[in-house]
Amino acid sequence: MATDDDGIAGAKSSLSLVTNLTVVFLVVLWLIPTIGLLVSSFRDRDAIGQSGWWKSPFPTEQNFAIPAEGEFEPQADGTWVLTGNVFGEDGAGTVTAFGGRRAAPAEFEPGVTGNLVRGRTLMVEPDGDFTITYPEEPSRNPTIYIATEVPPQFSTDNYETILFSAGMDVAFINTLTVTIPATIIPILIAAFAAYALAWMDFPFRGTIIAIIVGLLVVPLQLALVPMLKFHNQIGIGQSFYGIWFAHTGFGLPLAIYLLRNYMVGLPRDIIESAKVDGATDFQVFTRIVLPLSFPALASFAIFQFLWTWNDLLVAKVFLPSSSESWVMTVKIADDLLGSRGGDWGILAAAAFVSIAIPLLVFFTMQRYLVRGLLAGSVK
Amino acid sequence: MSPLLQGVLTVIIGVGGCIGYFWTSNFVLDRFIFPAKGPEAGRNINRANAVRPWLFLLPALAALGLYLVYPVFGSFWRSMFNRSGTEFVGLGNYLGLFEDGEFRTALLNNFLWVLFVPAAATFLGLLVAQLTDRLKWGNIAKSLIFMPMAISFVGASLIWKFVYAVDPEIGIINAIRDTIGLSPLDPLQVGFWNNFFLMVILVWIQTGFAMVILSAALRGIPEETIEAAIIDGANPVQIFFKIKIPQIMGTIVVVWTTITILVLKVFDIVYTMTGGNFGTQILPSYMMEYLFRDDGRATAVAFVIMIIVLPVMIWNIAQARKEVR
Repeated sequence: MATDDDGIAGAKSSLSLVTNLTVVFLVVLWLIPTIGLLVSSFRDRDAIGQSGWWKSPFPTEQNFAIPAEGEFEPQADGTWVLTGNVFGEDGAGTVTAFGGRRAAPAEFEPGVTGNLVRGRTLMVEPDGDFTITYPEEPSRNPTIYIATEVPPQFSTDNYETILFSAGMDVAFINTLTVTIPATIIPILIAAFAAYALAWMDFPFRGTIIAIIVGLLVVPLQLALVPMLKFHNQIGIGQSFYGIWFAHTGFGLPLAIYLLRNYMVGLPRDIIESAKVDGATDFQVFTRIVLPLSFPALASFAIFQFLWTWNDLLVAKVFLPSSSESWVMTVKIADDLLGSRGGDWGILAAAAFVSIAIPLLVFFTMQRYLVRGLLAGSVK
Repeated sequence: MSPLLQGVLTVIIGVGGCIGYFWTSNFVLDRFIFPAKGPEAGRNINRANAVRPWLFLLPALAALGLYLVYPVFGSFWRSMFNRSGTEFVGLGNYLGLFEDGEFRTALLNNFLWVLFVPAAATFLGLLVAQLTDRLKWGNIAKSLIFMPMAISFVGASLIWKFVYAVDPEIGIINAIRDTIGLSPLDPLQVGFWNNFFLMVILVWIQTGFAMVILSAALRGIPEETIEAAIIDGANPVQIFFKIKIPQIMGTIVVVWTTITILVLKVFDIVYTMTGGNFGTQILPSYMMEYLFRDDGRATAVAFVIMIIVLPVMIWNIAQARKEVR
C-alpha cells in the first residue's frame, strides 16, 4: 500500500501538514460539544453560570460579600476601629481587590487604604486582614466586598443528585429492562429466518428478501396508532411487553438483512459436506452457521442495543406514561428539561448517565459495529 | 414484580420459547409428520425440506407482517376516519392537513432537512474519510468523529443545548459572539435559520456513519487506476474528483439514501430542542402533537411520510431483486 499522498512527490510535506491540521480542526469541532457537557456535569449550578466551562480548569476571580465581625474599639483620637480577617479565624486565601459598597465591590487594590463615605476608611491586606475606621460610633457592622481567586472546583454532586434523588436510577433500570430482551429475542428470530433465506431453497425466496429490504424503509410512525390499538385489544396495552414486541418487530428487517448478507458469504463446502454427513438443517444451523456468524450477530446486537437504549419514540408510545416506567430518554426529554430547565449541571449529569453505557459499548465493540455497517451498506 | 426481574424473566422465557419452538417444530416434522423411514422415506425427506424453510421463517414473517406490513394498510385505513375513529371521512384528514399552516411549515422544513442533512453529512463524511485515509492517527480521529453515533438523539440535543445557550458564560457560540463584541442571541429562535441549527445536530451524529462506509469504499478502489492517473500527470484534486468519486458513486448513493430515510423518521431532536416552536416543526414532531388526541390526523401525517419514502422503498426493492437474481 502506498504511504505517501497519492504518490505526488514534492507536494507531500505541505499537503500532509494541511491534512493534519484540517483533521485536528474537525476532531476538535466534533468533540467540543461533548467535552463541554462532560465538564459541566462536574460543576455546580453557580459555577456554571459564572464562568464558561472552557475557563473551569483555571482559577477564577469571584466577588464575595462578607459581613465584618467583631466589636468596634474606641480610639484615643475619637475614631472607632474594627480589625479582623475576611477569611475568618482559620480560613486562608488571597484578596485580589476589595471595596466598601455593593456597586463597586473591587474598587481598591489590597494593602491600600480606601476612603469610603462620611470619612470612613477600609483597608484589606492581601492575606485578608482588614482594618475599618469610623469617625463616629457605628450603629451596626458594615459589609466588606472582596474579590479573590477561586481554584477550579469539580465534584460529583450532580451525579449524586440525579441518581439518588431525581429518579434517574429508576429510569436507568427501566432502560435496561427495555433493552436486554429487545436485543436478544429479535436476534434469535432473525438468525433462523436469515439462515432459511441464505441456505434453503423454496419458492418466493427472492420475493421475501426483496420485501424485507423494502421494509427497512417503512417509517415507524405508521405503526404507532394501529399497533397501540392492537396491543390494547390483546390486553397488553402500554407495558413492557408491548415495547419488547414493538422493538422486536421494528428491529427484524435490519437483523434479517445483515445476518443473511453475512451467512450467504459463508463457504458452501462446509455446509454441504455437513449435509452429506447426514446433518439436518437444524443441526447445520445451530452447530455450524450460528458459531461462524458470531461477528454478524455481535454487530447486529450492538445496533439493536444502541437503538433500543437511545429510543425515545417507541418508549413514549408503547410504555405507560407514568413516571415509574420512564426510560432515561423520556425522563430527560419530558421531565428534566421542563422541571430543571435552568439547572445545567443536573441536566449534564443526567445526559452523561444516559450515554455512559452506549459509549462504553461503542468504544469496546467498535470493530463489530463497523463490520456490521459495512456488511449492510457496501456491496 | 420489579421491572428488572420481569426483564430477565422475559429473556429466559422469550429465548427459551424461541429455541423451544424451532427445536420442537423441527423434531415433530422429522419424527412424526414426514419421518425419513418406511416406504415413503425419500418422498418424506423432500416434503420435510419443503416445509422446513417456512418453519424457520414463520416467527420472523409473523412479526414483520404484524408490525410493519399491516400498519401500512392499517394506518391508511385509520387515516380515513375522524378523530375518534367513529365516522368515515374519506380524504378529509388529508385535506385538513393541507389547510393547516403548521403542517405546511412542517412539510417545507422536512424538505429542508432532507436536502441539507444527507448532503452535509455525506460531504463531511467523505472529506474526513479522504483526509484520514493515510494519516498515522487516522483511526483515532475516525473513532472520535464516529462517537456521536452511540449517543441518543435526546442526549445529543442536550449536548447542543449547551452549545446554543444564550448566556455567554454557558453557550460557546454566544461566548464567541461576546468576545467579538456582538450581543447574545438565541440560535433556536432566529427565524428560518434555527432549522439549520437543529439540522447541525443530526449532521454531527451522522457524519461518522458516512465516514466509516465511504472510507471503506475509498480503500476498495484498485490501486492501479490511481497509479495510472498519477502517471498521466493528474494532481490530487483531479484524482479525487475524477477517479475516486466516480468509482464510489454507488456507495455515496447508498449512504445518502440511508441518511435520508433516517431524517424522515427522526423527531427526537425537534421535540427536545424546540418542541416544534419558532417555526421548526417537521412532520414526525407534528405527528406526535396529534398522536394521543387525534388518531385520524396522526395516521394521515404518518401516511404522508410513507408517501415521501415510497420512491426510496421502490428503489431499494429493485436493487434487492437485481442482487438476488
